[in-house]
Amino acid sequence: MNDRATMIRGLIAAQPARAGGVVDHLRCVCQAAVGALSASGTGISVLADDGSRSVYAASDPLSEQVEELQFLLGEGPCLEAFDRRRPVLIANLADEAMTRWPGYAPEAHDRGVRAVFAFPLQIGAARLGVFDVFRDHPGRLSDQHLADALCFADIAVEALLDRQRDAAEAPGGPAHDGVTEAVAHRAELFQAQGMVMVQIQGSITDAAARIRAYAYVENRSLGQVAHDIVAGDLRFAADH
Amino acid sequence: MTTVSAQRLASIFVEVADTLVEEFDLIDFLHMLTDRTADLVGAAAVGLMLADGRGNLEFMAGSDENVKLLELFQLQTREGPCLEAYRTGQAVINVDLSAATARWPRFAPRATASGFQSVHAFPLRLRSQVIGALNVFGDTKGGDFSGADVPIVQSLADMAAIALLQERALRRGEALTEQLQGALNSRIVIEQAKGAVAYANGVSVDEAFTRIRNYARNHNRKLTDVAQALVNDRTTPPELD
Repeated sequence: MNDRATMIRGLIAAQPARAGGVVDHLRCVCQAAVGALSASGTGISVLADDGSRSVYAASDPLSEQVEELQFLLGEGPCLEAFDRRRPVLIANLADEAMTRWPGYAPEAHDRGVRAVFAFPLQIGAARLGVFDVFRDHPGRLSDQHLADALCFADIAVEALLDRQRDAAEAPGGPAHDGVTEAVAHRAELFQAQGMVMVQIQGSITDAAARIRAYAYVENRSLGQVAHDIVAGDLRFAADH
Repeated sequence: MTTVSAQRLASIFVEVADTLVEEFDLIDFLHMLTDRTADLVGAAAVGLMLADGRGNLEFMAGSDENVKLLELFQLQTREGPCLEAYRTGQAVINVDLSAATARWPRFAPRATASGFQSVHAFPLRLRSQVIGALNVFGDTKGGDFSGADVPIVQSLADMAAIALLQERALRRGEALTEQLQGALNSRIVIEQAKGAVAYANGVSVDEAFTRIRNYARNHNRKLTDVAQALVNDRTTPPELD
C-alpha cells in the first residue's frame, strides 16, 4: 500500500519539472499518471462550490481540450463526479454515456477518447476538483490501476491544499505524513478539520489547508497536530 | 451469546428489506444493521469496516461510536480480526482476547483494556469479492457463538454487502466502486461534522455524534445529509446546541 504510494511519488518526481510551483507539479502528476494508468491522457480541473471552475493541469494539449469540453458543454463525467462526490467510471464511452451526456460523449469520442475515469479531489466535505483519466481504448480499470488512480488523486488533493504555501519550496515533498499515510489518526484528523473550521470561521477546505501548513511549519506529523487539536491543546485563530 | 431468537431475526430481515426498497443512505443502513446485530446476539459492540480502493479497511458504522471503539477499528487497518476476515474471506469466530496477544500484539491488549473478552469477524462477501468485515465484540466470559449462530451473523454481513449494490449497480461493475468510494467519503464528512459540532457546542466528539444522529433521526433525514449540511453551511441547527 505505502510502497505503492512511494513508487508513485517517485514517478512524479522523475517527470521533468519546468517552472516549479503547484501548477507545474500537477502537470508532472498528470504526466506520470499517463504511464502508470495506461492512459492516453489525464487532466486536473479545479472546481469550487461557488461554481467557478477551470482546467488546472493536463498531461498534453489534447487532454486539456477534452477537459475543457465539459465546461463548455456543462456536462460530463468530471462534473458529475464533483456533484455526486464519488468517482464516475465509464469503461466504454460509446455505450450508455452517449445518452447520459449527449453533448459531451460524442465530442470526446471524436477526439479519440474511448473510456473516461473521473475521480473527485476531496476530503469529506472539502471539495477541490476532479482528476480525469482518459483512454483511447475501452475497458475497465484493473484493481491495481484503480488503487493507483486513487493514490494520484490523493497526491493532487495534497498539492491543491498546499497551493497557498510558498510556491518556491519543493512541491509534493513535505516530510510529514500525507492524506494516504495518516491512517493511525484518520478519524481524529477529520474531526480536527471540523473543529478548526469553526475556530477560523472559514471553510472546511481552509481548515484542512491551515492544519497542513501548521504541521509543515512546525515540522510535526498531521496525526500529532490533529491529536492536539481534538484534545483542545491547540487552536487556530480566525484570520490568518 | 446464546442462540438467536428466530422471531427477532425475522423482524430484522423485514426491516432490512423495507429499507432497501426505498432510497436509502448507506451509512444509516449500516448503523441500523450493526445496532440490530448487537441486539440480536447480545454483543457489547458491533462495527463494520469496508475496504477502500487501495485495500485499506476503513470504519464505516458501529452500534456504538465512542473514541475507544473507533481506535480499535483504526488499529485493524494493520492487524486484527477484521483484517483477517477480509484477507482470508473466512469468519474469525470465538477468539478469547486475553489469549490473543501473540496473534494481534497491538489490537488484543487494547481490546481487553476496553473491557472486551471475545471477538469475532465475518467477511462481507459479494460474489467472489470480499469488500469488508463485520466485527462483533463480547464482554462476558464464555459468551461464545454456538454453531447455529455463525451462519446467522454471516447472513447479516451478507445483507450489508448486498446493500452496497443498488439497482443500477447490477448492470455495471464499476458502480460498486463508485458507491464504495462515495460511502467512504461520506464517513469522512461525518467525522468533520463531529469535530465542528463538538467545538461549536463545547462537547466531546462522542456527544457530538449522538446529537447529530438524534437530530437526523428526529427530522427523518439521512445522517450523511445532515453531516454534509453542518460542514458546508456552517450553521448549527438549534437542536444540536
